[in-house]
Amino acid sequence: MSRTVTDVICPFCGTLCDDIEVVVSDDGKELHEVYNACAIGAEKFLHSQAKDRITRPRMRQEDGSWKEITYDEAIDYTARMLVNAKKPLMYGWSSTNCEAQAIGSEIGELVGAVVDNTATVCHGTSLIAVQDIGIPSCTLGEVKNRADRILFWGCNPAHAHPRHMSRYSIFPRGFFTGKGHTGRKVIVVDPRRTDTAKIADIHLQVEQGRDYELFDAFRVAFKGEHLPDVVAGIPKEKIYEAAETLKSGRFAIIFFGMGVTQSLGKNHNIDAAIAVTRDLNEYTKAAIMPMRGHYNVTGSGQVWGWLFGFPYAVDLSRGFARYNPGDTTANDLLRRDEVDAVLVIASDPGAHFPFSSVKKIYDLPSVAIDPHETPTTEVCRVHVPVAFVGIEVGGCAYRMDNVPIETRKVVEPPEGMMTDEEFLGRVLARIKELQGV
Amino acid sequence: MAIRVNLITGRTIQQGVSMEAGKEKSAYTAACGIIELDPTDFRKLGAFRGTNVRVTSDYGSVVVKAVEATQGPHPGIAFIPMGPWANMVVNPNTYSTGMPTFKGTPVTVEAAKNEPVLNSLELVRKGCRGELA
Ligand code: SF4
Repeated sequence: MSRTVTDVICPFCGTLCDDIEVVVSDDGKELHEVYNACAIGAEKFLHSQAKDRITRPRMRQEDGSWKEITYDEAIDYTARMLVNAKKPLMYGWSSTNCEAQAIGSEIGELVGAVVDNTATVCHGTSLIAVQDIGIPSCTLGEVKNRADRILFWGCNPAHAHPRHMSRYSIFPRGFFTGKGHTGRKVIVVDPRRTDTAKIADIHLQVEQGRDYELFDAFRVAFKGEHLPDVVAGIPKEKIYEAAETLKSGRFAIIFFGMGVTQSLGKNHNIDAAIAVTRDLNEYTKAAIMPMRGHYNVTGSGQVWGWLFGFPYAVDLSRGFARYNPGDTTANDLLRRDEVDAVLVIASDPGAHFPFSSVKKIYDLPSVAIDPHETPTTEVCRVHVPVAFVGIEVGGCAYRMDNVPIETRKVVEPPEGMMTDEEFLGRVLARIKELQGV
Repeated sequence: MAIRVNLITGRTIQQGVSMEAGKEKSAYTAACGIIELDPTDFRKLGAFRGTNVRVTSDYGSVVVKAVEATQGPHPGIAFIPMGPWANMVVNPNTYSTGMPTFKGTPVTVEAAKNEPVLNSLELVRKGCRGELA
């Protein structure tokens, strides 16, 4: 027999859908089916059941092969590696719960580590901009109930946040948006005609890397001032039209993604995006929100925000928290050979960092904590598999709009497997022993 | 014929699904070990759809399979889904922001019919050991 668990949270993307239904066996050991999730979310749940899943820690041998080790050995290796390093990098944190992040922060303080999360290759530049000029934002509930002008800039939710549009931004009928899709105007700015752009009322096919100019052009257009004939590859008539569309709405929301944060200009692009939002508030209500990727990258920023005052790239090596993107950020530290050990947890820099940084991780003592086999586990010396947060253990995660949501445990992890929180807790205890504190 | 294009990287739904199904599996290679080219760029390249190509930038080189872009047209722009293949060639410079320049790397694309597309684990392992061509 089986039973259905309702109101399950999907632990994949920052949309953090909270309406998933999962069919599990009566004893809670097997997960059979997943309803309501998008293709990516469903795959994440189902993959936890993979028969070839790695369930015990393993250490890389001289000849490149793996040897299984016990959790105790992995804990000892990790603790010693961190204690012996002068300046270890503790990177990742975005696919685990806030509870594990909090313990990780304590470890970071004890061993004088640099702690950095995946925002560093995602919305890190947005965070710099927010610290520069602030951010007028809102919740996804407000978007659903109020927003009638939706602007997606440099993001492609049809592919990256597949249910974002149906749950919050385009299709749902909300309290003041009873007409759903037909009452909303959608604008997409993207150098490609993406699947999101195809369903938009207006697509501005900006020249790649020229976002800053186009943001500025919007500010000019709002005021009805003069624009050159073409800005960033877009004819001025289209810019005036898009600006007018935004101004004529009752509530405009700008969602922006990697197209803005990873193109040249980086944090300055987002400064401009926020300035556009502020200007728009002269005419109507407007808000802006980053499309956060990992389901709990936002939570990691929150935890460090209240512990250290900074959302990512926190250098604890001097005994107090320092923050200086470009200096204390993971890729810069690796590029400059400034760290001497790497702990990776709940993320995959092996797949998502430029290769030159991956090579640096390979050359250093390193531990990867991840339920999956990934390019990161392939280059690290020790791989510690753990239970899936949000599937095999609950815990707090923050949605992209900074709303905390308690994720749910739906099935048991394979026999004898640890969670991130347990593993880090044991490493912390071992570090205290080694340091005599 | 080698062509010069502007490379961007990013998510695709196939990238997300195959990644969650296991990065060691062939579906991940099929989803991310590719370069999406605009039809006009394909014509200039003079290669068939589905041919392996070598993509080279100032920062590295990688072999991927060339496919026609479905989210176009976008002449002059090439797209490799985010992942280890793209990361062999992207511009790693952060220009003091912490953020590597994942979007907007000038690259050369040329046919490499007989060179294989490695899977993700092989690619990083061989890369780290200095065994890549
Ligand atoms: S949109 Fe995101 S949170 Fe929602 S089901 Fe898909 S992957 Fe999960």
